[in-house]
Amino acid sequence: MYTTELKSGSDGGKKRSKVEIVEDPAKLAAFEARVAADEFIEAKDWMPEAYRKTLVRQISQHAHSEIVGMLPEGNWLRRAPSLKRKAILLAKIQDEAGHGLYLYSAAETLGTPRDEMIEALHSGKAKYSTIFNYPTLTWADIGAIGWLVDGAAIMNQVPLQRTSYGPYARAMVRVCKEESFHQRQGYEIMTVMANGTDAQKRMAQDALNRWWWPSLMMFGPPDDSSPNTERSMRWRIKRDTNDELRQLFVDVTVPQAEYLNLSIPDADLKFNKEKDGYDFGEIDWDEFYAVVRGEGPVAKERIKARTDAWEEGAWVREAAMVHAQKQSKKDAA
Amino acid sequence: MSPQLKNQLYELSVRLGDDALILGQRLCEWCGHAPSTEIDLTLSNLGLDLIGQARHFLTYAGELEGKGRDEDGLAFERDALDFKNCLLVEQPNGDFAQTIARHFLFSTWQLLFLEQLAQTNDETLRAIARKSIKEISYHASISAQWVIRLGDGTPESHDRMMNGLDWMWRFVDELFLVQEGIEDVCENIGLDLSSIENEWRNKVAATLKEATLDLPADRKGIFGGRVGHHSEHLGPLLSEMQSLPRTYNDANW
Repeated sequence: MYTTELKSGSDGGKKRSKVEIVEDPAKLAAFEARVAADEFIEAKDWMPEAYRKTLVRQISQHAHSEIVGMLPEGNWLRRAPSLKRKAILLAKIQDEAGHGLYLYSAAETLGTPRDEMIEALHSGKAKYSTIFNYPTLTWADIGAIGWLVDGAAIMNQVPLQRTSYGPYARAMVRVCKEESFHQRQGYEIMTVMANGTDAQKRMAQDALNRWWWPSLMMFGPPDDSSPNTERSMRWRIKRDTNDELRQLFVDVTVPQAEYLNLSIPDADLKFNKEKDGYDFGEIDWDEFYAVVRGEGPVAKERIKARTDAWEEGAWVREAAMVHAQKQSKKDAA
Repeated sequence: MSPQLKNQLYELSVRLGDDALILGQRLCEWCGHAPSTEIDLTLSNLGLDLIGQARHFLTYAGELEGKGRDEDGLAFERDALDFKNCLLVEQPNGDFAQTIARHFLFSTWQLLFLEQLAQTNDETLRAIARKSIKEISYHASISAQWVIRLGDGTPESHDRMMNGLDWMWRFVDELFLVQEGIEDVCENIGLDLSSIENEWRNKVAATLKEATLDLPADRKGIFGGRVGHHSEHLGPLLSEMQSLPRTYNDANW
């Protein structure tokens, strides 16, 4: 799952100065030319400090989103309504853990250790996708997350397979393959529920009502309030603007909802023949920014779950390290 | 096969299916909360294998029962008194060491058991056993590695590993009575369990030695799982697991 770049008021790294670094103009020009020619930048290549910083922030946010994103779905794992659904959901969450690991590794190639990134998540300095700060209330939410949240993630991630930073782009290729499975599985859950009993239909519609707007927010602030977009696009860290991707998502998803006989909770939603796409209502940006600030409905639960797991597991990680040291001493002797 | 033997074969399949299901369900509790993402992945791998095995055993049990119940019918519609898993697998996760103690003791037994099951003349059980052996060899090995890592890690991890084993130890004797009450069918399909207790004790002792852990002292064994008399821990697990299908019994998912 993807998180768009969220400014947190801090770069999440301790060592970097807040003063804008003045880069060597010749190196910068060569870098810009390579990126403009769609070449991949690799870990050992020279890169402007701002490029490195933006990427660490974006990739680590993406990694954190995968890891925190395990929680809302994990909430239904023990209550999955069939053994097949349980196995599919467990495998899906496992994929997310795997995505988290590749992404942390991709971010580590830029020189920030994983523990430092995790610390930034726990302290609230680093952000993760706003979407995971909403609760999963019924089994239909598991369908809605796959359909809408993974669907939005795919819209964001497909272009990132061509992002300029090689390790990130390559991680995205694998992530995208798995996400499209997830999206289909989620839609399949919704299909069964939307064609099921009255109680199931109610859950399906209610899940769409609750997840629709937060899903649109996943694409980040509107282009006119997204100050980094222009530079990130030039550097091929982003390949499409937030609003372009949001529009694409709406255009693809509305017919899918119609097919399920579910209604999108937006009175202003209307097909616009001229632009060959849907017009849709105003997003509640106050809510979005509140969630970015860490004021989402279950933000406290999510961070507490992560910090508890980390702190309660400290003795295990320490024991593994001490044991490995004992082994290598034995092997050396 | 006589109805009585068929009934015992159902019973055997249910015992094995329930072992896998309940332990798989317990491992699901770790998802998203493990000490590291790598461990999270390992525990989900183990859980996925077990849920897969449960589906095979329970599907077969449903066929033998002949009442139209499939894997989900058996998993979600039975009461605690009808669950036949051993008490060991339903024990709470506790800390990571307790989870590892449970997994190590169980999968070491399960591997030896499956190796025997793979040699019986019941085609379905033999096929499930052969497929599961590959998975459970990994379970037995990864859990033994963790016993060693934690036992021979820090003083804290050593103590926690010892406590985990201490919690679980009263339930190990029950593992070796899996055939109790269904001896006829075990004999009929050629399931020979005579050597596995010794092998199990040797393997466990060897791993604990390498882990610098003392073998827990012998104690009175606690039994009952195979006849549906469980610990207090199973009820809440089932209530949670079965809540959706039981609340909406006319729904398909």
